Amino acid sequence: MEWKRITAPFNREEVSGLRAGDRVLLNGYVYTARDAGHKRMYDALLSGGELPIDLQGQGIYYVGACFKDGKPISAGPTTAMRMDKYAPTLYDNGVVASIGKGDRCREVYEAVKRNGGIYLVAIGGAGALCADCIKSSSPVAYPELGTEAMYKFEIEDFPLIVAIDKNGDSIFS
Amino acid sequence: MKTITFNEICDAVCELTEACSRITPSCGAAMKAAYEKESNPNAKFALEMLAKNAEVASRNRLPVCQDTGMAVVFVKLGQDVRIEGGLLDDAINEGIRLGYSKNGYRASVLDPIKRVNTRDNTPAVIHVSLAVGDKLQISFLPKGFGSENMSALYMLTPSAGIEGVKKSVIDAVRAAGSNPCPPVVIGVGIGGTAEKAMLTAKEQLLREVGKPSDDETLAGLEKELLDGINALGIGAQGFGGYTTALAVHIGKYPTHISALPVAVNVQCNAVRMSSVTL
Repeated sequence: MEWKRITAPFNREEVSGLRAGDRVLLNGYVYTARDAGHKRMYDALLSGGELPIDLQGQGIYYVGACFKDGKPISAGPTTAMRMDKYAPTLYDNGVVASIGKGDRCREVYEAVKRNGGIYLVAIGGAGALCADCIKSSSPVAYPELGTEAMYKFEIEDFPLIVAIDKNGDSIFS
Repeated sequence: MKTITFNEICDAVCELTEACSRITPSCGAAMKAAYEKESNPNAKFALEMLAKNAEVASRNRLPVCQDTGMAVVFVKLGQDVRIEGGLLDDAINEGIRLGYSKNGYRASVLDPIKRVNTRDNTPAVIHVSLAVGDKLQISFLPKGFGSENMSALYMLTPSAGIEGVKKSVIDAVRAAGSNPCPPVVIGVGIGGTAEKAMLTAKEQLLREVGKPSDDETLAGLEKELLDGINALGIGAQGFGGYTTALAVHIGKYPTHISALPVAVNVQCNAVRMSSVTL
């Protein structure tokens, strides 16, 4: 199986050429957010509050990593379904890709299609391998959330599978 | 009468937490068998990555999965043991606190209403039962919540019968779909009260992966349900393929004449567990 190298933040043109089942190596940087971080961003978007990052073109990685001596040592994806309530709003406000594990609800498929976005999956449970692809990390927002704080991860050749493409086709049976 | 100190328990639990950096040998063997059998390319890729991950984690003492879980601790306390220097629960929690912080394991526990993290992964969920003798056995099961969230309780009534039990288990696994990081291990508790059924289900996860029940009827049911689950085609990570579950482990407990409780507790592909006897 061939691997395609792609870059984050994302170019919508490049993303539009990807199809469900394609394997990609992601390079560049992504922002992390889990349940609590999503709720904060979602509430800010609904109330006109301030966001910690510019969402345009970004990829959001659903992860709460293990850190040792300030470095992520295990950082696999968390269950994406829990972000389904928030994800459509984020896609509608500039996010191009989300990275998680597991299938999504209908509303997320629609949001991916509507925005020409993408949903990528990493291998759930492969935390140590995923952490190996993170070259640096820096805290960005919500430090009070502890494990759920937002980080910027610089990544290199992070192996992912395209799970939902811009046509709404999916890898899940 | 034997005396065991608070510090001995604390140190032992701290060491047990290192199970977060390795999958159990029986889980490794079951995952390898699933890999060899698999023909779906994406599922096979996932199983290959997971095997590689387990090897890297174990070699470099890194957490297998970033979800190092909520600490579930099973204690068998000999009636001839006296604990000195503090409470058993406090000693266990202190061991969890030290082990998680020392190894960089994630602090994933918070107040359910305020959602404020305790920052040290305590408290653990502790189940104590009494035993004959002067030994203290402690088992540590770090439970990730991608899978725990997919657990289900069915308060069936007697007319549902064994067919109802089978349907409940299959329904729970189907509804869980790709979420709990399949291939999963399914713990099932039949009977008791609502909480006894779920505890029985969770206790089954302590078994070596794929070791059949000693009860012949339950062992037959385990096999039948495993075949039924693997016919669902969810597969590793939800990518399709042969192996949705590595094993089904069933336990039972007597129940009320009006009831047939069935609890399903789901374990992800990274079975991490350790045990010590003091």
